[in-house]
Amino acid sequence: MSLIEIKKLIKIYSDDGVDTRALDGVSLTINDGEFVAITGASGSGKSTLLQILGCLDRSTDGSYTFEGKEVSSYSDAELARIRNEKLGFVFQSFNLLPRLSVLDNVVLPLVYAGVSKKERVERAEAMIDLVGLADRRGYQASQLSGGQKQRVAIARALVNNPKVIFADEPTGNLDSKSGAVVLEFLQMLNDQGRTLVVVTHELYVAEAARRTVHIVDGRIDSDQPVAHRRIIAKDGFIK
Amino acid sequence: MNKSGQSHASVSDVLGMATGALLGNKIRSALTALGIIIGVAAIIIVMSIGNAAQALILQEVQSFGARNVFISPGRIQGNNPMSAAGAVLNQSLKQNDIDQLEDPNNVPDAVLVNPSVEGSVSATYGDQTVIETLLGSGAHVFDIYNLTIAQGSAFTKTDVDSYARAAVIGKNVAKDLFGANDPIGKKIAMKGQKFSVVGVFSSSNAAMIGIDDMIVVPYTSAQEYLLGGIHYFNEVVVQARTVEAVPGMVRDIQTTLRADHNITDPSKDDFTIQTQEDIMRSIDTVFVSLTAFLTLVAAISLLVGGVGVMNIMLVSVTERTREIGLRKALGATSGNILLQFLFEALLLSIGGGIIGIVGGLGVTALAVAVATKATGIVFPFVVSWMGIGLGVGVSAAIGLTFGVFPARNAAQKSPVEALRYE
Repeated sequence: MSLIEIKKLIKIYSDDGVDTRALDGVSLTINDGEFVAITGASGSGKSTLLQILGCLDRSTDGSYTFEGKEVSSYSDAELARIRNEKLGFVFQSFNLLPRLSVLDNVVLPLVYAGVSKKERVERAEAMIDLVGLADRRGYQASQLSGGQKQRVAIARALVNNPKVIFADEPTGNLDSKSGAVVLEFLQMLNDQGRTLVVVTHELYVAEAARRTVHIVDGRIDSDQPVAHRRIIAKDGFIK
Repeated sequence: MNKSGQSHASVSDVLGMATGALLGNKIRSALTALGIIIGVAAIIIVMSIGNAAQALILQEVQSFGARNVFISPGRIQGNNPMSAAGAVLNQSLKQNDIDQLEDPNNVPDAVLVNPSVEGSVSATYGDQTVIETLLGSGAHVFDIYNLTIAQGSAFTKTDVDSYARAAVIGKNVAKDLFGANDPIGKKIAMKGQKFSVVGVFSSSNAAMIGIDDMIVVPYTSAQEYLLGGIHYFNEVVVQARTVEAVPGMVRDIQTTLRADHNITDPSKDDFTIQTQEDIMRSIDTVFVSLTAFLTLVAAISLLVGGVGVMNIMLVSVTERTREIGLRKALGATSGNILLQFLFEALLLSIGGGIIGIVGGLGVTALAVAVATKATGIVFPFVVSWMGIGLGVGVSAAIGLTFGVFPARNAAQKSPVEALRYE
């Protein structure tokens, strides 16, 4: 069974009576364990697609089934629950809460999941260790470098053990060295069986994935496996 | 996922987030709470000091003794003490009334009847002249008000009957006229008559306000020599045998005075009878309405504080739009967000309210201490529990009322809109 299946998805934004068709009949299937890069120029609709797939926004028309269930039938509270339990997010601008410590940032999804205090601290600490920031647990998020912040964000995305991780330009605000660390990490997660959907407008990020979906003007222009996949850990990373 | 789709974040977790957000911006939180602090403190101060003053006056009235009934000339409308002002001019209470009231056949429960007149008088000794309040009274006045004499003695019924030129003076009068000299036996001049000072009141006579500045003489000599030969009284006090006898005695007094004044229609009474209960009730009325008015004024400042909380919460919600979006992306429901911002508003206003209560009580205690020191009258420090309840209740209500709107604004943000916000 496919994990994600969308059919003829349409998204129209209305702004001051002017309708903008961001997605114009997108159909796509993503299976468990895939690493999909969604590419396209800015304004092509790729971020809109990611937001709908990530249950952050609702489509205007068309169907979206996640694990076989129609997403449009869920209430807002149920969508919040799905985001909390099944999905993880990594953003271009990290979106950490700057006044909170690294640990408190990573713990946040577990708080909304209602996990007990003891268990959530244990799980968050394990994730922080995994991304190599064990010595930064007590730091305020605002004290970290960009690469460290994105690693905290990845730890936060992983802490609820989600089915899919959605990443929107995860290396966009990073230098190449930090970007390489983040991409290498994403590949490792995929190797362990995690499903990844990454939005990017940069070729080298797309080359790290297994499949690229190219969007032009709200439609799928091409959908193909990556022919010469770049393994960051082995091949390195050239921006 | 559970069936209802509700998030499991516990209330204490959300409360923790709200506390964290407020502590993360201490100066803003403190300034926002200040409006509530001042408003609640103002309410506490007004109510506590109002209660203290009320308790003080009621305590004094009570010390008159519950057996006393006060008859004044003229008619007081209802419970309105303001209309009593006109009563001074009324001349309906005469010596004959006193004789009738003293007759056990008319008022069997009366143990004493004490008439009095009031005025002001200038008194001279040597080259010192003072203008003071004059009380011309029967000899029972010392018993009725428990007036204690520091030096010399009180005048007697014989003095009253014989139009004696004898005066008992307050300690301030004694000091002004005689300085360090012993006043007893000295003659003071009033209206060309020489009055002999027989006694000086001690200063601990709380039951009669202003006794320190009074000159008390027999009513007979006051009427005859000092007030121009008048034959009426400003007040008559009748004391009942027991407290239980008061209502019956009031009826007897009414019957006696009506017969004496040829009044058949009770609505045309030219006298007013007040029991201690009546007086306490009218003092109560004055204080309750005064305190209510001042509390209302203080409540307006609290309202302004509440608007301040709402204003800051709205700014905070706008500033933290991205945070709200992120929290929703991580699984917070609208309910979680609503609760968090509502808790922030509630913590600000209830926290402010508690600080305001403590501060208000502190100011009240200070004011009571200063007033006690300045006047020598012991003001009771009455904690207004109603004020405290009102302070907590109103500040919580304000937090809720003015917090709901910003919190709803926060909760209604769609996660993607909020994340896109710059």
